[in-house]
Amino acid sequence: MKKSFLKTLALIIAITSGLGFSSSSVLADDLKVALAAEPTSMDPHYQNLTINNSFATQVYNALVLQDVNQNLLPGLASSWEPVDDLTWQFNLRPGVKFHNGAAFSAEDVIASMERAANVPNSPSSFATFTKGKTFEVVDDLTIRVSTEKSNPFIPNDMSRIAIIDSAFINATTEDFNTGVASFGTGPFILNKWLPGDLIEISRNDNYWGDAAEWDSITIKPIKDGTTRTAALIAGDVDFIERVAPADLPNLEKRDGISVFKSVSNRLLYLTLHMTDDPIKPYVTDFNDNPIASPFQDIRMREAVSLAINRQAIADRVMDGLSSPAGQFSPEGYIGYSPNLQADIYNPDRAKELMAEAGYADGFKLTIHGPAGRYTNDARILEAIAQMLTSVGIETTIETMPASVFFKRFASGGVDKKPEFTAAMSGYANGSGEPSHPLRIFIHTKQKDRGYGPGNRNGYSNSEVDTMIEDGRAMMDVSKGMEMFIKATEMAMNEYALLPLHHEIATWAARDGITYANGALDSTFLHFISKQ
Amino acid sequence: MSLVVFTMINIVGDPVDMLVNPESLPDEIERVRSDFGLDQPAHIQYIKFLQGALSGDLGNSFIFGRPALALIAERFPATLELATCALIIAIVFGLPLGIYAGLNPKSFGTRIIMGGSVLGISIPTFWLGLMMIIIFSVVLGWLPVSGRGDIGSFLGLESSAFTLDGLSHLIMPATNLALFKIAMVIRLARAGTVEVMSLDFIKFARARGLPPERLVRFHLLPNILIPIITVLAIEFGTLIAFATVTETIFAWPGLGKLVIDAIVNLDRPIVVAYLMFVVTLFLLLNLIVDIIYAALDPRVRLNGDQ
Repeated sequence: MKKSFLKTLALIIAITSGLGFSSSSVLADDLKVALAAEPTSMDPHYQNLTINNSFATQVYNALVLQDVNQNLLPGLASSWEPVDDLTWQFNLRPGVKFHNGAAFSAEDVIASMERAANVPNSPSSFATFTKGKTFEVVDDLTIRVSTEKSNPFIPNDMSRIAIIDSAFINATTEDFNTGVASFGTGPFILNKWLPGDLIEISRNDNYWGDAAEWDSITIKPIKDGTTRTAALIAGDVDFIERVAPADLPNLEKRDGISVFKSVSNRLLYLTLHMTDDPIKPYVTDFNDNPIASPFQDIRMREAVSLAINRQAIADRVMDGLSSPAGQFSPEGYIGYSPNLQADIYNPDRAKELMAEAGYADGFKLTIHGPAGRYTNDARILEAIAQMLTSVGIETTIETMPASVFFKRFASGGVDKKPEFTAAMSGYANGSGEPSHPLRIFIHTKQKDRGYGPGNRNGYSNSEVDTMIEDGRAMMDVSKGMEMFIKATEMAMNEYALLPLHHEIATWAARDGITYANGALDSTFLHFISKQ
Repeated sequence: MSLVVFTMINIVGDPVDMLVNPESLPDEIERVRSDFGLDQPAHIQYIKFLQGALSGDLGNSFIFGRPALALIAERFPATLELATCALIIAIVFGLPLGIYAGLNPKSFGTRIIMGGSVLGISIPTFWLGLMMIIIFSVVLGWLPVSGRGDIGSFLGLESSAFTLDGLSHLIMPATNLALFKIAMVIRLARAGTVEVMSLDFIKFARARGLPPERLVRFHLLPNILIPIITVLAIEFGTLIAFATVTETIFAWPGLGKLVIDAIVNLDRPIVVAYLMFVVTLFLLLNLIVDIIYAALDPRVRLNGDQ
């Protein structure tokens, strides 16, 4: 029903675009941007949420910055190096001023770390990045961070915490929302926030880095994808993120509009339960009697992977907006291994493997997944169910709202264990820390050590675990990286989980505007520039 | 009511899973759970909620960290403005068209009006909204696509209806929201007109030789207004409570957007506060209808005096 409306809509856009309507006009220095969501607060320490963090980078700086592929760049720290195995030294940038004129110094760093970990009522605090670290002021422009165990990823952690003026260490979240305390060192100054309506920022002429190209930027949250597209075509805004897939072909053809696409680090994966404890009701024989999970056998996991036609999902379900995946990282992104490719669709081989594993006749399987959380999630699951059914695994799917799904996924089973046998979910590396996906999904679950919180299928390989732990103890990140890549290769070859695809992120702008997009699907306003 | 809402929403999912960033350490999850009082058993949570509610505090939003009622009060003016405009549009267009259709049941114009009202009732709001955007913003370029415009103040009231820019932003979403109601007013007015016109006092008035305008204004209108007002007052409540679809399509910064996000992210305090607010609103509107009813219809007053 909805689909046919969208088709009509696409048709009308196509017709009208033929009428020679071109919305090109002289570019002003004021940019108008429509984003799909808005921050929940202007307080950079209130909630560790992607949209909040990406907006905060416009007004605030961290000690270390990240580019669009999450490589680390000098920020308020002009350089950093390990002093010994347990200590990092950050050399701060001299002569930097906050938007209110106050000078930046080591004291502000200490204040920011203190505040970031302790904002009252924070729904997801930044304490994760400061915990277990001791901060020491060496002089006004030098800070040392030490930990009890060697930690090569302290620069990554330091890239996550916005630095505020120490005068506002006790400011409330409300003070930041109303602009009383919202003074950063970033490329833009916050002028106004009307929740649900707009955010206005203007150029910081005293920025320490390259000054922004725009005098001011107005950000409007427009949740509906088609409305965002219409706003761009009508000239209400100059730049939008997340083009609705149905509108994309028409936008690409249209004069006066350019589209930007890049493979993002947002991965969709399938996880298959690998132990027989407990026997779950989601795999049964054809008489509906529950049986032990067939996916304890690596051949069955491979069979499922080969039975999924990732390219067909990309072409038919995702309208070309996904790239088949064989690992956590897309090409060009940290942790990528050139030795891992997406499995090529091979149903005959899948059937052979099933026969070898003793499941020639197949069985019945229920796959669970969220609806409305990831692009086309429910339709992807439907496609997978058809593909698996055609090789003999009679698959039904059960989708539910994300809020229900994640609870059952993590702890809906007996003894608060993960509930599902087979489930689809998504992942994107937020910190750019290369061992992150390995620590979360691949390492054997060890709750007290912080390992394997997302390992819901019981995968466990002590060799892989050792490589992950050793790599995480190496102060030389490039050496650690080799171990992470080796661990990734080993885990993926054992189908520790089944990568499906990386989503392709989209942006569109009026001609004359360009966007330096990378593997992150959120929008960073200072990467929007004039051509 | 509060018990039903509170129980239902506590069954669904776990807000902590939605709030805490998955990259956080496990103790962060425990901290958020205890900070928000979600580690308590449900009945304790409910008692705490009731204690707060009695002193006018419906709790803090999990997501925004601010009082739920304050957030609702902040967004309410935008929705009220949208709903009021929609109601005015519905009456201004619906009433005359309905009366015309009732007075001239066989004319060609009536067929068009009644046909149009069928369309108005059956076309989905979101589709119509998108079509309006395509036609008036994209093709013709007359009106802005989305958002709320400049806000002006008049007689101490603040609304975007008092500036030209604000009106240009308001007109499309308000019309979109109003179309269904226009169709409804037309049908009510027509039915009322047909019924009243066949009554004896109209025949008598006509026999006295009253001019048609006078007949309509003083004899017909007051009599058909009573049922229309009753229905419209309740419909006004639904306009406010369920403007969600229109608000989403036109990115109108009103209550609907707040509530949809709250439901998706399991921001329980907002959902509960919103439902309590809507219930109160409907109670108030019913009360107002009863009062207006008495003012318009002498029979109600006379009964009351006995």
